[in-house]
Amino acid sequence: MNGRKGTLIFWGVASLILFCLVVIGLFVEEAATVTDFSRTNLPPSLQYPFGTDWMGRDMFQRTLAGLSLSIRIGLLTAAVSAAVAFVLGLCAATLGSRVDACISWCIDWVMGIPHILLVMLISIACGRGFTGVVVGVALSHWTSLARLVRGEILQLRQAPYMLAAEKLGVSRLKQAGRHVMPHVLPQFITGLVLLFPHAILHEASVTFLGFGLSSEQPAIGVILSESMRYLTTGKWWLALFPGLSLVFVVVLFSLLGDGLRRWLDPASAHR
Amino acid sequence: MEPILQIQHVSIDFTQYESRKGTSRRCLQVIRDLSLTLYPGQVMAVVGASGSGKSLLAHGILHILPYNSHMRGEILYNGEPLTKERAKRLRGREIVLIPQGVTYLDPLMKVGAQIRKGRRDEASRRMSREALGRYGLSPDTEDLYPFELSGGMARRVLIAAATVEKPRFVIADEPTPGLDTVSAGRILAHLREIADAGAGVLLITHDLELALRIADRVAVFYAGETIEDAAASDFADPSLLRHPFTKALWHAMPGHGFRTIAGAQPYPGTAERGCPFVSSCVDCVDKCREAEEIAPRYVRGGWVRCLRVQQDTTEAGTENGDLGEGMEE
Amino acid sequence: MRHRLRFFLRKLLRMILLLLGVSAITFALMCASPLDPLQTNVGQVALGSMSQEQVEKLEAYWGVNTPPAERYMGWLSGVARGDFGMSLLYRQPVLTIIGQRLGNSVWVLGFAWLFSGALGLLLGVLAGVYRGRLPDRCIRWYCLLISSTPAFWLALLLLLVFSVWLGWLPIGLSVPVGMETSAVSFLDRVRHAVLPALTLSITGVANIAMHTREKMIDVLESDAILFAKARGESGISIILRHGLRNVALPAITLQFASISEIIGGSVLAEQVFSYPGLGQAAVTAGLGSDLPLLLGITVITAAIVFMGNLAADLLYGVVDPRIRRGRAKS
Repeated sequence: MNGRKGTLIFWGVASLILFCLVVIGLFVEEAATVTDFSRTNLPPSLQYPFGTDWMGRDMFQRTLAGLSLSIRIGLLTAAVSAAVAFVLGLCAATLGSRVDACISWCIDWVMGIPHILLVMLISIACGRGFTGVVVGVALSHWTSLARLVRGEILQLRQAPYMLAAEKLGVSRLKQAGRHVMPHVLPQFITGLVLLFPHAILHEASVTFLGFGLSSEQPAIGVILSESMRYLTTGKWWLALFPGLSLVFVVVLFSLLGDGLRRWLDPASAHR
Repeated sequence: MEPILQIQHVSIDFTQYESRKGTSRRCLQVIRDLSLTLYPGQVMAVVGASGSGKSLLAHGILHILPYNSHMRGEILYNGEPLTKERAKRLRGREIVLIPQGVTYLDPLMKVGAQIRKGRRDEASRRMSREALGRYGLSPDTEDLYPFELSGGMARRVLIAAATVEKPRFVIADEPTPGLDTVSAGRILAHLREIADAGAGVLLITHDLELALRIADRVAVFYAGETIEDAAASDFADPSLLRHPFTKALWHAMPGHGFRTIAGAQPYPGTAERGCPFVSSCVDCVDKCREAEEIAPRYVRGGWVRCLRVQQDTTEAGTENGDLGEGMEE
Repeated sequence: MRHRLRFFLRKLLRMILLLLGVSAITFALMCASPLDPLQTNVGQVALGSMSQEQVEKLEAYWGVNTPPAERYMGWLSGVARGDFGMSLLYRQPVLTIIGQRLGNSVWVLGFAWLFSGALGLLLGVLAGVYRGRLPDRCIRWYCLLISSTPAFWLALLLLLVFSVWLGWLPIGLSVPVGMETSAVSFLDRVRHAVLPALTLSITGVANIAMHTREKMIDVLESDAILFAKARGESGISIILRHGLRNVALPAITLQFASISEIIGGSVLAEQVFSYPGLGQAAVTAGLGSDLPLLLGITVITAAIVFMGNLAADLLYGVVDPRIRRGRAKS
């Protein structure tokens, strides 16, 4: 077995784990909100591997539901972000210098404000909650990918074979389909997958600060934010396990993205 | 005279993944069964098409090949095996490399500091200024950054850098591309001077015409193999040459008709068996395609890997002996 | 010299345009919000029990009924005079609050910035040199883990370990509760700043180390390094003389680009440690719909980020001989 086959197997396993997490999380969403005051503040045990909180909710189920929600929001926001990035990058590269300058100013504005502040601001504009988080994360993460798409297309348009194709009268659409897409798509998909970790982390952070999902929703950010109140009294499990699970999911996504990048970039295959 | 460098049956291969989407690794043999002998005071030109892996030969001798490549065979320096440790000890002192161009200099370091390898004592300063002076560069050159050098200056700086300490064996890897004829001639003349001073010079180039100006012997490189080893004087007349490719090369030279060679050179390592030149050869027969291995045949003081050439009977017994026979000084 | 001046003026103009854009976007976003500042801050019940007159007074205070364009122009003309307005929550000039909060944050930010930069550079160079071997793998895993860890959770863990379990460090606030500001010793300030600074340092390392590693690998694969090897330079000499020199330039860019990230992280870290810095003020202002304060913080932050980039550009011109000498010639 060599590195490439290993990557392929890893991809299959990791995707399966993430998929299962999403599905299981959906099923336990109901159970995660059940309060039972006969079992409050229990430390981790075999029955409650992540312990229970002050309302007797099973932290393991809450965490699963939270991860599922996080992954779904991550997928949604990354997809929206990537779509925005693609359209803007494409426009900047093809619609002339004025549009290009406009978009590049937009990128500078968005990049000038630290990410977390920007997500906060957009979330406030949307009235916080689910919409706030999704729009906030989606509209703040497109910049680097848009730059990448723009640069890639601009470089391609200067390539000798593209100039030749244009001179030969190959239609614009055909040029795009035949030459541009095969070049840009792999990079774009890699960028998209590498957006997930950022999206998930920012969703959790903004929710933690109180600008995101409301406290009734089973979100990791909400769980950790609530745990703050109980940390000083020694309820360490409220913070440790949910956070650790989130790190696990984000690491999986990062590794997926890395694997994809190595796969699509032959030069790095030798490393 | 004792040869300074003997390369015996050296092969270099690369590990590579099959294709963008492939999952299997493969070995790409860039240099296959290469043998050369070089004497002190001699310039030996290794001539081959661009991108045929000639540079790797230089890197292989110095033991600075990239991590995903592997070298087999034997290299003797002064009659003793040139191991990794020995190469490490000798390179930069007795064995030096003159690289292709300005990219081989650190872009952020002044020329002087690079030539002196960081030493700041007065003796090193004097030596570096002397080395620059030898190649017509003023002492001010020391204070320039590589991006401030012209193409010709950069080559001369590279030669100066290589020859600060009197080397005994010089490898010049494509020292002339991008230069005008006058500058290129000057660089070659410098190489000849180094050889005349007693060092062995291995000149790796794609330009046969330029190489013939200073070389004593020429090794012709085709698809990763040395197919012929000839004295430079053999190029005076195509009938003295042995391999059909060398002859074609001769006819392709500007003074000799400029005739192009039909067909494309196969990538190194793609030919499984037989002669790599079959597709373009005017003279090939079935056995050229079938032969498992074409061993060198000794003809008129040189050798050739061609089944269509008759080996001289008088030298048949020297197969394992001195491959550079015919170099009487 | 004239070239330099023009370069500088152009950058300055760009910065003004950028800050204008940032303020306009922030303002528009805040105004678009459906959240009613009166309900958030005064509360539904309290509002119901108030007289019409009182409510109108409050509405005027929070600027609810003024058209956004008019408010923005008012704010702009104030800024032109050096007045960023009054914070609605703190009832103090915005600039005073920002000055105070920035004063608290600047030590934390500065320490984390320098520390993570230096450590990141060191780890990146090491990983690049030992590419594929054990040190490289360890560093890469560390970076992967850290960049996958939410900063606030790391802060929570540190709080758990150092404050709750070991009891070495205080739980929050930059000064002990109930003490006069003047009575607070320097040591107290340090004790409260340690954990936020540590959080930001740990998280800041990952990005810098990974990028430095890539650069180092590129440099070590370059022709120049090959020639240095061919000339018999030893491995250490190659790394120190050529490797570090060539990695230094991208490191400058990385270092200054990390400012934005560190400020972003400080919002989270300060919230966890209830450290009264700029980040915490931003969260408070955001939750309380304190438009002038949030606007001020955003603009100041953007200015700091931009000046960081400018500093990197200027430094580049001094350090890189290709720019320094190239410019002198032209």
